[in-house]
Amino acid sequence: MPLQEILLQQLANGLILGSFYALVALGYSMVYGVIKLLNFAHGDLYMVGAFAGFGCLSLFSGWLGAGWAGIVPSILLSMVAVGLLGVVIDRIAYRPLREAPKLSVLITALAVSMVLENTVLAFTGGQFTAFSTDLGFAGIDLGLVHVTYTQMVLVGTSIVLMVVLELFVSRTRYGRAMRAIAIDPDACRLMGIDVNRTIALTFFIGSALAAASGVLAGVYYGSINFFMGFLIGLKAFTAAVIGGIGNIPGAMLGGLLLGLLEAFGTQIPGIGGQWKDVFVFAFLILFLVFRPTGILGKPEVERM
Amino acid sequence: MSEAVLRLEEVETYYGEIHALRGIGFEVREGQVVALLGANGAGKSTSLRTISGLVPARRGKVTFMGQDITRMAAHRIAQLGLVHVPEGRRIFKGMTIEENLDLGGFTVLDAEERRRRREAAYAMFPILAERRHRDSSLLSGGEQQMLAIARALMARPRLLLLDEPSMGLAPILVQEIMRTIRRLNEAGTTVLLVEQNARAALRLAHYGCVMETGRIVLAGEAAELRANEALTKAYLGA
Ligand SMILES: Nc1ncnc2c1ncn2[C@@H]1O[C@H](COP(=O)(O)OP(=O)(O)OP(=O)(O)O)[C@@H](O)[C@H]1O
Ligand SMILES: [Mg+2]
Repeated sequence: MPLQEILLQQLANGLILGSFYALVALGYSMVYGVIKLLNFAHGDLYMVGAFAGFGCLSLFSGWLGAGWAGIVPSILLSMVAVGLLGVVIDRIAYRPLREAPKLSVLITALAVSMVLENTVLAFTGGQFTAFSTDLGFAGIDLGLVHVTYTQMVLVGTSIVLMVVLELFVSRTRYGRAMRAIAIDPDACRLMGIDVNRTIALTFFIGSALAAASGVLAGVYYGSINFFMGFLIGLKAFTAAVIGGIGNIPGAMLGGLLLGLLEAFGTQIPGIGGQWKDVFVFAFLILFLVFRPTGILGKPEVERM
Repeated sequence: MSEAVLRLEEVETYYGEIHALRGIGFEVREGQVVALLGANGAGKSTSLRTISGLVPARRGKVTFMGQDITRMAAHRIAQLGLVHVPEGRRIFKGMTIEENLDLGGFTVLDAEERRRRREAAYAMFPILAERRHRDSSLLSGGEQQMLAIARALMARPRLLLLDEPSMGLAPILVQEIMRTIRRLNEAGTTVLLVEQNARAALRLAHYGCVMETGRIVLAGEAAELRANEALTKAYLGA
């Protein structure tokens, strides 16, 4: 393939990968922003989301088919179910530790991650599960590059979810409350804001976005497994840090950037598919040396 | 005789093992300004935190508008119209002035009503209006205090708790803050005011309580406390 086509192809791949990362990174970043918790279980919610979506699609496919008519309600149901799971996790695992040292909460998050992975492992026997759909390869041709409608819908869905989230956080009462809790939770309580409920809402939204990403990834790659959340959790964390952790547009940007880097990284001679993760994490380290607060993260402004 | 808006009875509060309030009781009546005075560490801020639910009492009883709020969650107490402007202002730095005000009006569901209240706040504090879309951390100390008060007023409080509103301000700004509090009170807001600046507070207040190590050691009409030179010297160091 001529260089131009290769670049275009990787641009498409990078955007798709990047939008999966971005959706997961958003939840990471939101939860960190609001309660300063690195929720290591977040990647596993993506995995659980993929399985929940798969379960729904299996139920619906006889009736709605395994095309978008079956996939869309599966995504929505998976988002609601995993969103509620996120709320339950916060309620039983994190809320009792709200005043505890950060390290205790981090260890709890690791434990939650193990519980989720091992529960799914127990149910699937560690096998890869085929996520088969009726989506074909129809699409449009740009030169030698073929972009399927599925790919376009995946990226489009991610973008719509991100825009809706950004509007919610910047314009609505509860969105404002989330940002205020990140700054001073006690002052929020004095304004009549139910801090625990707002945090639960943050978990709901973040987990639902991870689930959406998980189902979309299942649809795209055609196979899911209990371990699929691990690496994407790390990547999403990287994306959130690159974007400026706690910052929503930053998480989107970081996710897209990471996806593009990874896609183009595979094309660099000597890196290829084998070394792409090393390449990505090396980039993170270098990046943090030069810009520790991330692309959109601001250093704290203080004035008394 | 006017109604008691707030009543504390034998209230005891702890921070872990530290016994910060050792059984305090007083009343704030409708339309009054009550000043809570005392030296550093006497327990003034703790009293306000106990009333607003941030640090609930271990023993005793807090009643607001006839309702027992001793163990109510802080956000529920705020929703009842008891609004606490904490020590150090605690404005949401990094958010705009307008967003700070909107957060003060969090319990107001109607956006149009919130807008009206915002405009009322701007009319009262024109300096905030000019900078409504600017980051609140760029305000000076006095302006931040204005914002903290304006934010509290967004909820149309039945009772306003103010913790050292004059802290760290130049004398001219202290006067301005005190005038603002008087104006609010004349417009019908009941105020419980914590101050180190006892003279300024007693000029404004109807009633005063003096605290020392978690107890109220002296209470009375503001005029009496002002006249009582020996006591003012001993307890207020003024
Ligand atoms: N968060 C806390 N943890 C432990 N002890 C505290 C805490 N806050 C206050 N205290 C203690 O409780 C007592 C009362 O403190 P409080 O802040 O209520 O005093 P104050 O009268 O407001 O003083 P100031 O004029 O300095 O603001 C003090 O002995 C103080 O050391
Ligand atoms: Mg104090």
